[in-house]
Amino acid sequence: MSEITRKGHAQEPFIRISKRGDEMPVWKAWGIRVIGLILALIVSAIVIYAIVKLNPLKIYVSMWQGAFGTSKRTWVTVRDTMTLLCIACALAPAFAMRFWNVGAEGQVLVGGIATAACMIYFKSLPLPLLFLVMIIASIVAGGIWGLIPGFFKARWNTNETLFTLMMNYIAIQLTAFFVATWENPKGSNSVGVINRQTKVGWLPNLFSEGYNTDFGWNVIIVLLVATLVLIYLRQTKHGYEISVVGDSENTARYAGIRVKRVYIRTMALSGAIAGLAGFLAVSGASHTISTQTAGGRGFTAIIVAWLSRMNTYVMLVFAALIVFLDKGATEIASSFGMNEYVSQIISGIILFFVLGSEFFVNYRVKFRGAKTGGADK
Amino acid sequence: MDSKYAIEMRGITKRFGHVVANNNVHLELQKGEILSLLGENGSGKTTLMNMLAGIYYPDEGQIFVDGEPVSIQSPKDAFDHGIGMIHQHFKLVDVFTAAENIVLGLDEEGKLDRKAIAAKVRVIAERYGFDIDPDQKIYEMSVSQKQTVEIVKVLYRGANVLILDEPTAVLTPQETDKLFAVMRNMKADGKALIIITHKLHEVLDVSDRVVVLRKGEYIGDVPTKEATQQSLTDMMVGRATALNINRPDPVDPHPVLEVKNLTCVDKDGVKRLDDVTFTAMGGEILGIAGIAGSGQKELLEAISGLYPVVSGEIKYIPDDGTALDLRGMDPMAIRKAGIAMSFVPEDRLGMGLVGSMGMSGNMMLRSWKKGTGPFLKRKDPNQLAMEIWKNLEVVTPGIQYPVRRLSGGNVQKVLVGREIAAGPKLLMTAYAVRGLDINTSYTIYNLLTDQKMKGVAVVYVGEDLDVLLELCDRIVVLCGGQVSGVVDARKTTREEIGLLMTQFRKEGATA
Amino acid sequence: MITLLHSAIVFGTVILFGALGEIISEKAGNLNLGVPGVMYLGAIAGLVGVFFYELGTPNPIPIVCILIALVCSFAASALGGLVYSFLTITLRCNQNVTGLTLTIFGSGVANFFGGSLNKLAGGVGQVSVPVTSGAFRKYIPALASIGGEKSIGYLLFSYGFMAYAAIILAILIHFYLKKTRSGLNLRAVGENPATADAAGINVTKYKYLATCIGAGISGFGGLYYTMDYIGGTWANDGTIEALGWLAVALVIFATWRSLNAIWGAYLFGVCYWMYLYIPGLQRRSLELFKMIPYVVTLLLLVFVSMRRRKEDQPPAGLGLPYFREER
Repeated sequence: MSEITRKGHAQEPFIRISKRGDEMPVWKAWGIRVIGLILALIVSAIVIYAIVKLNPLKIYVSMWQGAFGTSKRTWVTVRDTMTLLCIACALAPAFAMRFWNVGAEGQVLVGGIATAACMIYFKSLPLPLLFLVMIIASIVAGGIWGLIPGFFKARWNTNETLFTLMMNYIAIQLTAFFVATWENPKGSNSVGVINRQTKVGWLPNLFSEGYNTDFGWNVIIVLLVATLVLIYLRQTKHGYEISVVGDSENTARYAGIRVKRVYIRTMALSGAIAGLAGFLAVSGASHTISTQTAGGRGFTAIIVAWLSRMNTYVMLVFAALIVFLDKGATEIASSFGMNEYVSQIISGIILFFVLGSEFFVNYRVKFRGAKTGGADK
Repeated sequence: MDSKYAIEMRGITKRFGHVVANNNVHLELQKGEILSLLGENGSGKTTLMNMLAGIYYPDEGQIFVDGEPVSIQSPKDAFDHGIGMIHQHFKLVDVFTAAENIVLGLDEEGKLDRKAIAAKVRVIAERYGFDIDPDQKIYEMSVSQKQTVEIVKVLYRGANVLILDEPTAVLTPQETDKLFAVMRNMKADGKALIIITHKLHEVLDVSDRVVVLRKGEYIGDVPTKEATQQSLTDMMVGRATALNINRPDPVDPHPVLEVKNLTCVDKDGVKRLDDVTFTAMGGEILGIAGIAGSGQKELLEAISGLYPVVSGEIKYIPDDGTALDLRGMDPMAIRKAGIAMSFVPEDRLGMGLVGSMGMSGNMMLRSWKKGTGPFLKRKDPNQLAMEIWKNLEVVTPGIQYPVRRLSGGNVQKVLVGREIAAGPKLLMTAYAVRGLDINTSYTIYNLLTDQKMKGVAVVYVGEDLDVLLELCDRIVVLCGGQVSGVVDARKTTREEIGLLMTQFRKEGATA
Repeated sequence: MITLLHSAIVFGTVILFGALGEIISEKAGNLNLGVPGVMYLGAIAGLVGVFFYELGTPNPIPIVCILIALVCSFAASALGGLVYSFLTITLRCNQNVTGLTLTIFGSGVANFFGGSLNKLAGGVGQVSVPVTSGAFRKYIPALASIGGEKSIGYLLFSYGFMAYAAIILAILIHFYLKKTRSGLNLRAVGENPATADAAGINVTKYKYLATCIGAGISGFGGLYYTMDYIGGTWANDGTIEALGWLAVALVIFATWRSLNAIWGAYLFGVCYWMYLYIPGLQRRSLELFKMIPYVVTLLLLVFVSMRRRKEDQPPAGLGLPYFREER
């Protein structure tokens, strides 16, 4: 008998994976993520070295220079972090509802279009009023763009991932349409800087006169948005409804929550905030509109929002990391004669590792013969 | 080695955490016989069979197939030993045809020759008398047709031993007769069959031998010829055990809920509730007994406004005496009127709790709309959570700790505690003590009795007959969606209820 | 008209490859949003491979060029698929997020090497692999001139071999999914992994293979784009990414059927190039015309979800990780 039992045990699978029964302490979870990040940096360093035979450490130093070397660079880094953070904040309500809004790219663009249109057509309005109109227009445009997939999800359960994905490209073509409409100068295939002389509709400096030397307003607006979104999700009835719907539609119905309405409302909100990010990108940064206004940040923000578990302040960290990589790599490109796309490679590697480390936070891996408790990672 | 037995299980023990699902169980299955595995809910029947099917692996004990010791670690191992199980929840791909599902995962040679497969399926169907269209898509099929596909799937794979887990629970009487005919054909062909059921007349009708389990223990086996409904009931329910639940007499009973001729039909058109009539009184506990799936869930949901009603009346009489028709009211309004339901589903979290939230967040599920303005009022739910945490001794690190990670008993305390805290006039609870240890169960019983003493009408849907007998004042017995009897809990016996639970009302007979 | 159809078919072939690979992957339940990245990887790997071969060999042999390009392309994009598979299947990462990351990574790698190649090629700053590109674009002139200039022969026979390979592949995939046991098992994995598992199918193995092979096939789309469409060079203009997303759209448009993808791809091509053939169109209106494939896909998606015909729905297990113990 005992022999047979032993035989049974010998065939136990080599590796057993099980969901962690207990929550991991926060420090340990972050420890694992940091280990993932360090591994990623090591792997990136090896990759860089293999490609260009340059000392990776030097490269990282140079990246730092690129992102924070001068006060102007620092401000640009901050500005872009804020835009990315704003988009990630837009995604948070949708993701909290387990609604896969991959359409931020498009929502940002339509917000940008609305902003640019106001800058072009309403330049005679008094400035405060113009800004108000711009902000409202961008929010409404983004909101509509988000509401549409929300409506179809609520009404016919149309797959939201695919729907929002398609909406992106419709928005991109729409942008191309407006770029062609507003082309300036003719034949340039771009809108050029809007109101280059008058700077009407440009978000001004906060700490000094003029434009483009600090981006304090961007910081204030986005941090405000981040705080409001966090409060909205954690402290309001709407936020509560979102969490319940995200957890189980059945339970939501049991609690008397109107599930369809929550879907539509939340997606409109998600799109609206993304539209506001479009406003920032146009009025607060580039002062122009192009199909690159969102520049893939609608997609990057998905990763930021997901990794941060819908906590908008944690998003700040991830957004800063990604923007830092981007800025840094542009610097390497010029100073080492490399190509700026190296930043995407490094971002990719780092994100792969950070994503992978989530597994070790959520699951327990047990090797055959290991004592109970098992080996983590 | 040629053995008389197709299957032998010796000394099988299986534990889930601290719960012993099977304790030192023996079972033999002879070739060419139909064996009934009989027992109440939670007696460990399905667990035992899952170990034959490769779903679970026994902690102790040994399985023999044809006299050879074997180790069954996966469904594939089970197939290789010629064992096939038809689960209650069908494992079929909806958009595939019957034939495609039948050959799924087989490593037969050659390309997918649909004609040849269909022909082979028809041969099997003819041999045993199945009614099956190999080219029909699963999603177009009725439940009974899906079941047929599952059985043919197992036979196609050359199974010699078939295990059917409560196959008749989803069938009409006519379909059941058909299934039994097929089973007899299979037996005549030399297959060995095990049927899990708790319907006694079916046991007597179809099987050769009966094995009875109770609370995870092997009780005994008898040839069907020598068994009667009475003797089987006795084996199944055992001798009454005194629980000494405190049961005061009802105080000032008055009708709170009157259900009249309630009929409900599910998505597939099957009658889940059939002409159900009863009255729940304030100040008493009304028990609802019945084997699993007799309509308990549907009844509670229909009253709560979560299940569509085809016909009949649900009348609610609050303190002021004006009757309220609950039909057509939305769940929120019904709950506001003072009706609380706590249904503990098999997975415990399915309805009524948000797994990712803590106790405090779950308290809010009832009260989140309270107050004006956009913000949540967290103070009261937090306080309530603290009270329940303390009073019901919920084991949790804190009121923000996700309830999904709590143990089953604690989850139930949270759920029941919340419903009681709402101060309802009608409190409905289903399987409130499912999977709980004795002490916790008593905590829940006392809570319910307290409610009764406050004049609340308590509806208690339970599994354990002993508890129903000692806790409730009256018991409504459901059987196949119908009320097969209403008894006084103080005067009735286990046997009487056991019989009512398993006796379908004959057509035309009056109850 | 003929020239429109001709350019539509060339265009369609790129996204057809992309979509075919994605169909296989999605049929196994993996929504790989890394298609653009994978197409990038396939494009650059093929280009780099033959670039060095042509650089180091005085007289490159066309057939060897083709083989090198195909092997490099497939290997690189399948490797991209492997990374995705490991993260989503073994480590159970979210599919959407992982796929998007793969797109970022793939386009980074491709544009990095592509840019560097351009630099290596020196002077004009444009890399070129004339022999390979010539081999990829070769067709039989006799057949192509049937019916005179720009006529039926031109329409049917004037493409490089990969355009035909794509059609054959689509038919093969259709045959595989519908007529073979392995194809049946694959679809079961995507529809209902728990059922497939219970039926003794190795879910993990199927998911891995489908995703990696699918990625390899998608990568051919990128290869065809560099070798044939733009004639053996590299452009850092992000076109491949746009085409990659169009390939994802095509999967939906074809309702996960590879045969539908063939004509769908050409239809997308017609929509894309139509503006050239509509007289009096302003440049801004043509941008609206380019929107058509996406709008049509969207309408179809809505239509399909409204009609609820089971066969047209996405695979039921699409996007969900499978973990046996979480039953």
